[in-house]
Amino acid sequence: MAEPLATLLEYEKTLDCVHCGLCLPHCPTYQETGRESSSPRGRIYAMRGVAEGRIELDAAVVDEMYLCLACRACESACPAGVQYGRLVESMRAEIDERGARSRASRFFQRLVLRRVVASHIVLRLVALALRLYQRSGLQRLLRASNLLLVAPRLRDAEQLLPPVPPAWRAPGVTPAEGVLRGRVGFFAGCLMPEFFGPVNRATLRVLARNGFEVHAPRGQGCCGALHAHAGDARAAERLHARNVAAFGADDLDAVVVNSAGCGASLRDPGDALSARVRDVSEFLHAAGLRPPRGAVPLRVAYDDACHLLHGQRVSAAPRELLRMIPGLQLVDLPGTQDCCGAAGIYNLTQPDMSARLLRRKVDAIRRTTPQVVVTGNPGCLLQLSRGVRDAGLDVEVLHPVELLERSYAVGESD
Amino acid sequence: MDPRTGELVDRLRELPSVEDVLAGASEMFVYESDGLTLTRGRAAAVAFPSTTRAVCEIVRACNEFGVPFVPRGAGTGLSGGATPVDGCVVIECARMDQVLSIDAVNRTATVQPGLVNAHLTDAVSGLGLHYAPDPSSQTACTIGGNVAENSGGPHTLKYGTTSPHVLSLEVVLPDASVVQLGRRDAHAVGYDLRGVFVGSEGTLGIVTAATVRLMPDPETVCTLLASFPSLVSACEAVSTIIAAGIVASALELLDDKTIDAVEASVFAAGYPRNARAVLLVELDGTDAAVQAERARVRTVCQSHGAIEVRVARDEQEREAFWRGRKGAFGAMGRRAPDLYVHDAVVPRTRLPEVVEAITRAAEERNLRIANVFHAGDGNLHPNLSFDRRDADELARIVDMGEEILRICIEAGGVLSGEHGIGLEKRDYMHMLYTDEDLEPMRWVHEAFDPADACNPGKVIPQPRACTESNPRHRGYEKVTF
Ligand SMILES: Cc1cc2nc3c(=O)[nH]c(=O)nc-3n(C[C@H](O)[C@H](O)[C@H](O)COP(=O)(O)OP(=O)(O)OC[C@H]3O[C@@H](n4cnc5c(N)ncnc54)[C@H](O)[C@@H]3O)c2cc1C
Ligand code: SF4
Ligand code: SF4
Repeated sequence: MAEPLATLLEYEKTLDCVHCGLCLPHCPTYQETGRESSSPRGRIYAMRGVAEGRIELDAAVVDEMYLCLACRACESACPAGVQYGRLVESMRAEIDERGARSRASRFFQRLVLRRVVASHIVLRLVALALRLYQRSGLQRLLRASNLLLVAPRLRDAEQLLPPVPPAWRAPGVTPAEGVLRGRVGFFAGCLMPEFFGPVNRATLRVLARNGFEVHAPRGQGCCGALHAHAGDARAAERLHARNVAAFGADDLDAVVVNSAGCGASLRDPGDALSARVRDVSEFLHAAGLRPPRGAVPLRVAYDDACHLLHGQRVSAAPRELLRMIPGLQLVDLPGTQDCCGAAGIYNLTQPDMSARLLRRKVDAIRRTTPQVVVTGNPGCLLQLSRGVRDAGLDVEVLHPVELLERSYAVGESD
Repeated sequence: MDPRTGELVDRLRELPSVEDVLAGASEMFVYESDGLTLTRGRAAAVAFPSTTRAVCEIVRACNEFGVPFVPRGAGTGLSGGATPVDGCVVIECARMDQVLSIDAVNRTATVQPGLVNAHLTDAVSGLGLHYAPDPSSQTACTIGGNVAENSGGPHTLKYGTTSPHVLSLEVVLPDASVVQLGRRDAHAVGYDLRGVFVGSEGTLGIVTAATVRLMPDPETVCTLLASFPSLVSACEAVSTIIAAGIVASALELLDDKTIDAVEASVFAAGYPRNARAVLLVELDGTDAAVQAERARVRTVCQSHGAIEVRVARDEQEREAFWRGRKGAFGAMGRRAPDLYVHDAVVPRTRLPEVVEAITRAAEERNLRIANVFHAGDGNLHPNLSFDRRDADELARIVDMGEEILRICIEAGGVLSGEHGIGLEKRDYMHMLYTDEDLEPMRWVHEAFDPADACNPGKVIPQPRACTESNPRHRGYEKVTF
């Protein structure tokens, strides 16, 4: 019997795959390329092959591991219960360990993730700079000058950005309205306060309106999802420990998260914190939403965020909440289970594939003609906004809680 | 890579109609098997056509270089049909995935071969139609693969295998010419070459388009789940249902080990865990007929000692029952690193004794086994768990495969119900056919593929004398770790 080489790859988990192929059509990169090597089965087989020394860790293998979106659609399709998300993260760590990826791209990614995303102060500065850049007219000037064309990556990153709203930080405690139904923690996220202030604000408002006292402990920070996906397990563990400490002391019914990616990542370790994590839609649905009264007469399409649908198996709750809004017409979006190409920082690291997947999504939106597309993850909100903007579609892109809050607000003023 | 191969790869890459060509070592590695990991081979390249013309050009280039080619769909096949022949070019049809036309009036569709089976039904469901052949792998396997294997599924009991649903085929023959077999309007005359091609396992040419029948959705569908204290009583219930003239559209059996595996997977369907066997019965037709038959099925099951008979409450539960059944193979993956899904057919009435003999044989060989059956057809799928890294276990698995066939043939059965012969069972063809019986198959093969370039070495064995002089001349011969 051949012994596998000692690796960071969770080799034993590769053996769960029985090579049945049922996952293939569910994988966005397989749908696009038809390549076995770009499919979940192919990637697992390659991981196993590398660990067993049957193939080299060559450039093609490395590329495939990064072309993977880590969207985990394959996990939803897999009858053998393969833990693909864990596998690909550990394989990426292995690749870095062996130095099989170019040092430059590794350095760039680590720098961004460890120094920028994980640091509140740096993030704030970046967001501030962006706000200044957009408001000052510099953005218009740069875009008009075509200067950005010389740096395609920078251009992509630049174009992804919607107007950055003012930063908004959650208060330490938000009191409940009406009869008190419980106390919950709120995981604010690292990017959310800077780039999605309105979503966080709506989340707190909706929770409060539903009778929950919301605690947003200081000391919490980035969930580490992007680091883990990139194979930087050490950074991810450090960040998780910080959150365990921040939410550990409080005696809270649940820790509510409004970012699917963060939620999935916080749940992954399976510790005491993980057990209390709930997506905001899942939490409200289980608690029983106080019926929103204001009419929001819009045609709305819900797009499943991968890390909610595949990562946390939440799909009915957000739809049922939306259906409770008077006047709202919920329509099915074809391909809702497929990744939009956002996938953390994927749209920066794999711009081509990301654009192909976004094109599919935008085509589906065009055919479905909604007025609003809702999705429960910040990366997807950015990606979809960019998609509809570039396609010239008159479609608003919102988080479900924003529509709930809109309905409550309208109901109040009636 | 030898220089000739390098040249061929360059040539393929120059073909303007071909979208993608892979030839890297690690890329060829992931193509070494299909759904059966017992057989392996190393291709020289994988080419991705999206049009008939591209397929012709690839075939022509291969012929020029004298290199064999192997068509492939989703690689879910379970008999090694799409396993590469060493040094071949795999012609991967996954990108030929378009529905070319739908004729709602005549209820036909013309599709490319790489279209996923379930996607065809998705495309026509708005018209109240569906594509009837439903292999358990239907969410992944392709129409081209289905045609090549003449695949069946749970509903084969009432609606037949793939063949009766295929009206005509556009085929690129091994000499790169394009022909139409059969007629789209179902009025073919002369030799039924369409029929010859269906089930030919990719050895006679490459399907580039298929015109298939669509069926109107039944007015009512009803699924019952009956659980039994023993496999024998469940099998007897199946025979009584059929003898009573009840035309079920599906009669599927799962044994206790399968129930455990399914209930532990994402496809957990709520099968009762205390049962030794679960029988799924599906009835379809008019409301009145289904109502009446439902009552009769219930009575039959109860008279055979069913612990419980449950009717799916709603569409959701019905789907859950089926998802569990269709995910059963994969769910077995939880038990060991590799899975050998076997496939054989026996007269339905002999199922209980055959299963008992197979179970005993597995125990003797210290192998873990679980069974699922298309019980109405007498088609059984013993699932054997193993670890290919264990050479001894691997040998016992191969031996067990052979033993299953021996048991089934002794009981009056055949080698395969639906997964095909491929490499896996090629050399067992002698168990069923004499050399004289096999000779006409060779003639047909030679007529289509005189140069033996298209998926060579599959299905038809060497004459008996050759295999007997070399007992290791088997599809498995490359199985070493
Ligand atoms: C979980 C699971 C469940 C299954 N359930 C069933 C079942 O219920 N019933 C059943 O019958 N089978 C079943 N199978 C077996 C398998 O799915 C079928 O044989 C299927 O038809 C194979 O389709 P594919 O697209 O994966 O073909 P592949 O595996 O890629 O190829 C199969 C054969 O078809 C040939 N081929 C592929 N495309 C073409 C083409 N365009 N032209 C000519 N030849 C071609 C190949 O050369 C090969 O010989 C199951 C398999 C799995 C893994
Ligand atoms: S569905 Fe699961 S077991 Fe089947 S090939 Fe994909 S990962 Fe492997
Ligand atoms: S995580 Fe997504 S992209 Fe990666 S293999 Fe699975 S389905 Fe494909």
